[in-house]
Amino acid sequence: MSNSFNIEKIRADFPILSRKVNGHPLVYFDNAATSQTPSQVIHAIVDYYENYNANIHRGVHTLSQEATDAYEEARETLRAHFNAAKKEEIIFTSGTTHGINLVASGFASELKKGDEVIVSALEHHSNIVPWQMLCEKTGAILKVIPMTNSGELDMAAFQDLLSAQTKLVFVNHVSNALGTVNPIKTIITEAHKKGAAVLIDGAQAAPHIKADVQALDVDFYVVSGHKMCGPTGVGVLYGKEEWLNKLPPYQGGGEMIDQVTFEKTTYAGLPHKFEAGTPNICGGIAFGKAIDYLNEISFEAIAAYEHELLEYATKQLLEIEGVTIYGTSKEKTAVISFNIEGIHPYDIGTIIDKLGIAVRTGHHCAQPIMDFYKIPGTVRASFAFYNTKEEIDAFVASVKRAKIMLS
Amino acid sequence: MSNIKEIKEEIVDEFAMFDDWMQRYEYMIELGKSLPLIDEQYKNEDHIIKGCQSKVWVHADMKDGLVVFTADSDAIITKGIIAILIRVFSNQAPNTILETDTDFIDEIGLKEHLSPTRANGLVSMIKQIKMYALAYQTKVN
Repeated sequence: MSNSFNIEKIRADFPILSRKVNGHPLVYFDNAATSQTPSQVIHAIVDYYENYNANIHRGVHTLSQEATDAYEEARETLRAHFNAAKKEEIIFTSGTTHGINLVASGFASELKKGDEVIVSALEHHSNIVPWQMLCEKTGAILKVIPMTNSGELDMAAFQDLLSAQTKLVFVNHVSNALGTVNPIKTIITEAHKKGAAVLIDGAQAAPHIKADVQALDVDFYVVSGHKMCGPTGVGVLYGKEEWLNKLPPYQGGGEMIDQVTFEKTTYAGLPHKFEAGTPNICGGIAFGKAIDYLNEISFEAIAAYEHELLEYATKQLLEIEGVTIYGTSKEKTAVISFNIEGIHPYDIGTIIDKLGIAVRTGHHCAQPIMDFYKIPGTVRASFAFYNTKEEIDAFVASVKRAKIMLS
Repeated sequence: MSNIKEIKEEIVDEFAMFDDWMQRYEYMIELGKSLPLIDEQYKNEDHIIKGCQSKVWVHADMKDGLVVFTADSDAIITKGIIAILIRVFSNQAPNTILETDTDFIDEIGLKEHLSPTRANGLVSMIKQIKMYALAYQTKVN
């Protein structure tokens, strides 16, 4: 573990961690839904509105130039972080869902009847619905990579699904419901052999794993700022330049045009072609600061520490009689999806909330996974690098208390 | 038919005996055990209440001019909540159900469940109960 990892110092960066919920110190274990925000990012947001709030890219005045510089600096931060070859390949979006829809919409003109699109059984609804819509529109066929009991993708089945008809493969890097880390490098390599493009949903992976888009040779990679200590309403779509040039614009509006006459409009170059209208300027800048913050701690240190938390929590939870953990892949992020025999996850979530513990309950927007396990949902505790073993102790004690109340 | 106002007061008085949330929840869970259970044949898509993280089924019947509710849920806190609602609204005339407010929920310390962000669907349950009452009222008229 890196010497720079100092948990007390890190926790002091997050003002929200010192608040109380229902009379108890907050234990925030819903990081897979949204991460908390460090003071460095909060200050960047305040600084923007207090000092240089202006519209970007068009104004000749100082404020506009300062805001444009800061926004473009954030784009460069994101480019460097994901090791994209060019800044133009980094498109700011409102989040992962926006990024996915942008690509899906662009592919409507690329697909024809009989083409095939492959998604995985581990997907979030946001990564299923756009492809269903795309297939309905184009007559393409949606195929699903099945999952195994441990919550991993059945890679042999994936090989069988791949064919000359495969045009697109969409898989998440990490499953939001189970935390499984998928073998995306293999998926990308195999899909490319058939000439298919690959989009990876990196929303759940990005807070824990630093993806190198060039090393992965991925065609598209999407993330959300709010899962990486940034604000909500901002995200990034990485796309290979050749693909981004090929796909048509997603939305029309200001910023994305070159020349407009009533006869014909020519589009602006990358990345502006996909950034119609005034973007979330402050959000983009703050997202860049969040990336800086995470890199300062280092992703190696974050991964090592979170793995320790995961092992600690898994061991403690399994000591409670009747606990089943869903998703037992060897490669997983710090997510525990579980149930207690005979108790509805909603009941557990409600009781432990009263004790200050924030977890997610339900189907986690991944109903197909719940159907696979034949359960209504799970309790999902997801950890971040600012959580502690003491918090896990409080969480486990609360779960035990809930179990007594609910049995 | 008991007076609906008296039933509400009775529930408020019962919950007033408890000092903390834990006892209130334990009592609510206890109340769930006395819930008039829905006939298994009605535990289907037609009787499920949307907007709940847990499953809740509600069925209504008309007997001697009164609406009689039965229900069930796969989560026991939700079962307690629907049991409280049924205790208030069952065996009442449709217009009484429609005219009755749900302020007592606030008074028994369950206000948090009224927030639309809560996934337990208390708001949907009340709406469904009132819909049944409205349907029977229309039928009677």
